[in-house]
Amino acid sequence: MAWNLRPDGVSDPASAVGYESPPGRVGFFTDTSVCIGCKACEVACKEWNHVPEDGLRLTGMSYDNTEGLGADTWRHVAFIEQRKPLGDQEPGQRDELRWLMSSDVCKHCTHAACLDVCPTGSLFRTEFGTVVVQEDICNGCGYCISACPFGVIDQRQDDGRAWKCTLCYDRLTVGMEPACAKACPTESIQFGPLDELRERAAHRVEQLHDAGVADARLYGHDPNDGVGGDGAFFLLLDEPETYGLPPDPVVTTRDLPAMWRKVGLAALSLAGATLVAFAGRRP
Amino acid sequence: MSSEVTKDGMQGRRPGRDATVGTDAGRGRRRKRGGEQPVVPDAEFSSYYGLPVLNAPVWHSREIAGYFFLGGLSGASSLLAAGAQLTGRPALASRAKIVASAAIALGGVALVKDLGRPSRFVNMLRVLKPTSPMSVGSWLLAAYGPTTAVAAAAALTHRGRRAGTAATAATAVLGPLVATYTAALVGDTAVPAWHEGHRELPFVFAGSSATAAGGIGLVCAPLAQAAPARRLALVGAALEAFAARTMQRRAGLVGEPYRQGRAGRLMKLGQLLTAIGLVAAFAGRRRRVATIGAGLALTAASAVTRFGIFEAGRQSVADPRYVVEPQRSRCADAADRAG
Repeated sequence: MAWNLRPDGVSDPASAVGYESPPGRVGFFTDTSVCIGCKACEVACKEWNHVPEDGLRLTGMSYDNTEGLGADTWRHVAFIEQRKPLGDQEPGQRDELRWLMSSDVCKHCTHAACLDVCPTGSLFRTEFGTVVVQEDICNGCGYCISACPFGVIDQRQDDGRAWKCTLCYDRLTVGMEPACAKACPTESIQFGPLDELRERAAHRVEQLHDAGVADARLYGHDPNDGVGGDGAFFLLLDEPETYGLPPDPVVTTRDLPAMWRKVGLAALSLAGATLVAFAGRRP
Repeated sequence: MSSEVTKDGMQGRRPGRDATVGTDAGRGRRRKRGGEQPVVPDAEFSSYYGLPVLNAPVWHSREIAGYFFLGGLSGASSLLAAGAQLTGRPALASRAKIVASAAIALGGVALVKDLGRPSRFVNMLRVLKPTSPMSVGSWLLAAYGPTTAVAAAAALTHRGRRAGTAATAATAVLGPLVATYTAALVGDTAVPAWHEGHRELPFVFAGSSATAAGGIGLVCAPLAQAAPARRLALVGAALEAFAARTMQRRAGLVGEPYRQGRAGRLMKLGQLLTAIGLVAAFAGRRRRVATIGAGLALTAASAVTRFGIFEAGRQSVADPRYVVEPQRSRCADAADRAG
C-alpha cells in the first residue's frame, strides 16, 4: 500500500511501502552557512530537468528573483538582509549586518501529504525514499498543492499538471548525484545517504556553535517531527519562518482518520435531520 | 594536504564545507562604536518578505465551491426524495430526484472542467486511496451519479418502478456521504482555515446541504407537500449555524478569515439569506410566491456560504501569519511541556 496513515517515525519510507531491498534513503543536507547565493543550483536544476523559464525580473527583495518554490522553480535561493551581528562580531558596529542565503528545495517528507492525497497515484515513493510526480498520469487536480505544508509543489500554468523537484530521479538511477548538488561550488548542498548526512549535520552545528554562531540550528532533521523528518533538511542561521519555512509543519493526513469519523457522523446527522423533517404530522 | 580536483572529483581537504561564519568578522576593523542603529525593532512575527509560506490553492471558486454546493444540494435532495416517496408525497419525491440528478451532473462537469488536464479525468479511477478524500469521492460519485440518473429517469417516465425504488434507496444511503465528504476534502489540506476547521466542517456542510435541498424543495413542491422541505431547511440552518460558530471559536486566530474581507462578507450574506428565507418560509407557508422566494433565498444562502468557506481558505494562505503563528505557539507549548 502506498500510504501511511500514522506518522510513527518510519525512517525508511521505501521499505514501508513495499520495496524489497531498497538501495537506502538518500537526501540533501543544505548547509546555508556556506551558501554564497550564486544560484548555480537553480540554473543546474533548470538545465538538467528542462524546467521552463519563470520570469526574468527583479523582485526588489534583495537578490531574489524567483520568490519561492513552484512548478518552474525547484531550487529557490532566498536572500535575507538583517541588522544582526555575524558570529563574534561585536554589537553596535557600523557594519553590523548579515546576509543569509539559503537554497530551498522539496523536502521529500517521510510522511508526504502530497503523495497521500494524490487521487490518481501519479505521485509515488521511489526506491530511494524520495517523492516523485509521474507526469504521464497527473491530471492536474491540484490537491497536492493545497496539501503540501511547505508550499513546494505547484501547477504549471500552460501545462495544467503539478511539478516539483524529483531529487533528479533519473540521475540517481544511474548512480549520479542530483544536478544542484553537483553544481554547488561551496558544498552548501550536500547529497548522500540520509543517515550519513544527519551525522555530518550534527557535527557541523557543533562546529558552528563553538565558533560563536549561536543561531545555527538544524531544520527538518528530526524523524519525530510532524512530517516524520525531511529527506532534504537544512542548517539555518535564524528562525525557519525568516526563510519562508513553516516552523512546525504537520502532515495533514495525520488528522484524516478523525475527519472520516466526523464525515460519518455528519452524514448520519443529515439523515437524522431528514427524519425529523418527515416526522411531523401528515397534512 | 590541500584540496585537489581530479577527474574523480575533489580529493583531500574540503575547506568550503568547514568554513565558519563570522569567526573573524569585524576583528581588526574596529573604527568607532555606535554608527547606524536599527530604527525598526525586530517584529515578534517574522516572515520572508511577507510572502505566503504555502502555495495558493489552484482550484477555481466557481467550479470547486460551486461543486461543494451542488454536491450538497444533490446529496440532501436524494434524502428528501426518499423520505417523500416513503411518506406518500409523489410530486416532492419525483422533483427532488430530478434536482439530485441534475445537480450532481452539473457538479461533475464542474469538477472535470477544473482539472489542469480535463481529458485525463478518468485517471481519478486508476486507484482507490483512503488517504485521499478526492479519490474516495471520485469512486463515490462514480456510484452515486448514475444511480441518481436511474432514480430520476424512473420518476420521469413512470417506468421501471422496481429499479427506480432500488436506485432511490441507494441514493439515500450514498447522498449524505456525497454531501459531507467534501468537508474532509478541504480539511485534509495544509490550508489553515480549512484544516483547523476539520472537526466542524463536515457538520457545516451537512447543515448547509439540508438548507439547500429544503430550499429547492420549497421551490419545486406543491404547497401541500412542502412541509418536510421547510422543516429540513430549518433543521439544516440550525446545524450549520451551530457548527460554524463552534468552528470559528475553536480555530482562534485562524478563524479570523471567516469574518474578514470577501470571505467575511460572503459568510454574513449567507446568514442573512438564511434568516430571510426561514422567516419567509414559515410566515408565508400558505402563499406560493412567498414559499418560492423563501426557497430561493435558502438555496442561495447555502451556495454563498460554500463560496465564503472557500474564500476563507484562500485568505488564510495569502497571509503567512495564519500558517506561522499557530505553529509557533505549538512549538512554545511543546517547549513548556518539555521543560
